[in-house]
Amino acid sequence: MSAVVSMDMQIAWRNVWRNPRRTLTIMTAVIIGVWSMIFLGALMRGMLDGMVENGISTLTGHIQIHDQDYPDDPSIDHRIDNPQQVTDILQRTLPAGSHWTSRLRVSAVANNARHSTGVTLVGIDPESEARVSFIGDAVSEGRYLRDDDTNAIVIGRALAEQFETGLGYKLIVMSQDTSGEIASRAFRIRGIFQAEMESTEKNFIFVHRDAASTMLGTGNAVSEIVALLPDYNRARAMTREVEQALDNDGLSVRSWREALPLLEVYLDMQDTYILIWFVIVFIAMAFGIVNTTLMAVFERMHEFGLLKALGMRPRRIVKGILAEASLILLCGIVVGTLIGLLSCWLLSFHGIDLSSLAEGVEYAGMSRIIYPDVESRDVFGAGAVVLLLGLLVSLYPAVKAARFTPVEAMTRI
Amino acid sequence: MTIDIKMAWRNIWRHPRRTILTVTAIAFACILLVFMLSFQFGSYDTMINSSVKIHTGHLQIQAEGYRDRKNIRYVIPDPAPVERALADIPGVQAYSPRARAFALVSSEQRSYGVMVEGVAPESEARVSTLEAIVDRGQYFDTTDDGDRAGVLLGELLAQNLKVDIGDELTILGQGRDGSIAATVLPVRGIYDSGMDEFDRSAIQIPLPTFQSVFNMGPAVHELVVVADRLSDVPRIRSALQTPLNNIDADRPLKALGWDELMPGLRQAINMDLVSGAVFYLILIMVVAFSILNTFLMAIFERTREFGIMMAIGTRPGRLMRLVLVESIGMTLIGVVAGIAAGCLLTLYFAHTGIGLGESSELLSQFGIPGRLYPQLSLLSATAGPAAVLVITLLAAGYPALKLRRLRPVEAMRRS
Repeated sequence: MSAVVSMDMQIAWRNVWRNPRRTLTIMTAVIIGVWSMIFLGALMRGMLDGMVENGISTLTGHIQIHDQDYPDDPSIDHRIDNPQQVTDILQRTLPAGSHWTSRLRVSAVANNARHSTGVTLVGIDPESEARVSFIGDAVSEGRYLRDDDTNAIVIGRALAEQFETGLGYKLIVMSQDTSGEIASRAFRIRGIFQAEMESTEKNFIFVHRDAASTMLGTGNAVSEIVALLPDYNRARAMTREVEQALDNDGLSVRSWREALPLLEVYLDMQDTYILIWFVIVFIAMAFGIVNTTLMAVFERMHEFGLLKALGMRPRRIVKGILAEASLILLCGIVVGTLIGLLSCWLLSFHGIDLSSLAEGVEYAGMSRIIYPDVESRDVFGAGAVVLLLGLLVSLYPAVKAARFTPVEAMTRI
Repeated sequence: MTIDIKMAWRNIWRHPRRTILTVTAIAFACILLVFMLSFQFGSYDTMINSSVKIHTGHLQIQAEGYRDRKNIRYVIPDPAPVERALADIPGVQAYSPRARAFALVSSEQRSYGVMVEGVAPESEARVSTLEAIVDRGQYFDTTDDGDRAGVLLGELLAQNLKVDIGDELTILGQGRDGSIAATVLPVRGIYDSGMDEFDRSAIQIPLPTFQSVFNMGPAVHELVVVADRLSDVPRIRSALQTPLNNIDADRPLKALGWDELMPGLRQAINMDLVSGAVFYLILIMVVAFSILNTFLMAIFERTREFGIMMAIGTRPGRLMRLVLVESIGMTLIGVVAGIAAGCLLTLYFAHTGIGLGESSELLSQFGIPGRLYPQLSLLSATAGPAAVLVITLLAAGYPALKLRRLRPVEAMRRS
């Protein structure tokens, strides 16, 4: 036993438990602190994940390719005339498990007998679209689009309610075609979809791409090509590769981070915010750590004086105190981490349901259920912050202990 | 009693370092809470006021159901009686009628679906920032009539439509009675609100022009009201109830507060408050456990002393009181110091503001200005410290209760 654990450590361990109540009290502070770092950190990340998911699945995808003028002016004039060339390159460049789809996407006006409003008309290829965005699974009434659909349209439930319409009814869609004229066409509502956010339901109307192409006179051209990767964290790297392969042929290639710049800002700031939270919680703990260690030191001054008189080097005393502090911190960190991971695991089944705050959630672009997202860098970061900074602040009492001259120490009661 | 206080005071300073660390811990928690709460409250007010003053106003009067359906037929048949009622209510700063409809707007090269808003030039300038943000061309002339009517639109929309001042726009939509509403108007002014969504999706024309083109008669859809202060809104709402009920209309008229017009904003604020509260409570608990040892030590290392005191006749209740006075004393010093320092810190930043750096440009999209100013209020200065006080006293009280069961002989035996 003593070969494995040094004598100093054994003594430190026994010293720690000389006053169990005091040790347990400060350990509880560390446990609660570490738990909160991990649990709340995971919730903060989970919230942002929800926002990113929302943004991506709505229609953004991981990589978007447009005509270079389209992002600022999303009109029919700015289209990709040679989509086949782009999809060939995607085929060669993207990793296995990626999917992509091409769309026609323009702003339009939807009308029926009594209502009219602005919408975004999206002409899709039903099969490939289902693998890339939310719409494949989202149809709750009627049916999704099929390959032979010439005049079927799928609209959101909120839009159907606003227009006081339903399955089987007509909807007239007007938009500008390639010759600058207003093209208008009647579609029949074959499906109604539900989405995470009401604005999605009100804004997007889906038809078959061929139907849109006939209406707008675009032939084989498309407005956008969107790809979904197996892992969204690789989007930036992949975007650069695709860009290079395309050799910037008058096309703009963006990752979801560039298409949703507000999220990019939040994501960049998030690591900093989490670190700030860790430091604040640590400071709250630190007062207790220093106080407790000081108490432990002063209580044993007589003992330290004796040890010094017997020849123990001051440095060894410092090490001893630090060892005691590190044992308390480590126990607290381990237990706190375990409880933190456990609570995250338990919450991951149902998440936190924010449906009662639906509009606020939508205003902030969040998803309605938040799941904790545990990142190993947070878990290790929390432990590292507490251990390293904890040892740092314990230096003060440790040095104090080593400074007593034996005479001072032994004359104190 | 005073001797208890004297004793308590001296007891506290028997271990100066320990006391100072404890007091500092409490003060740290209080400073943090005062500052953070002031910051939160300050940013809410800023967010609300800037959001409402851009366009929505503090209150709006609309026909029932208009907010949800935006149906052109859900109208205020005549704004005049409502305006008269508003003129009588104190705290109302300005009001203006608006009418809206969706239409296709075409320039020579492009067409877009946009929201067409009919605004009353003179009063609109008092309820929204529209006049102030026109940076090319001109705002409406307050005497605009059909002949000199024009269109105001956002910079982004002007770019997308490829138009400049003086170019003509064709507006094509559906009138109130279902008939075709069509007109051609020149671009009179171009504005930049700083919010892309807004600049891209709406155009403004004079209200009389709108009413004639869309066959509205004298009707409008919204009466936008700006109040002197955010806190006046509930009072103005209740003052409007009777006058509105007395107006005859197909659909009853309702006064909606900004939190109903932008429910997302109110709920987002609530969410922020609740999540903030969770963080703060956890933090206070960590602090409480952190300093618990001080309170524990104050009792357990003086067991012998207490034993002697009890042996010479001190009641356990008095001992408890003594210990509690010590704990309360330390806590109060910490809380008061924390509030004072927290207020100073907050006031400093309330003056200079906190810049949001690079992200400020992006956040202006949401109407969030680049600098946020924490706002010190009675609530923000006391709510946090009050929670700290309560939780700390609970933590201190628990060990004190143990004193009741102290037996003098056993206690004196401890060294």
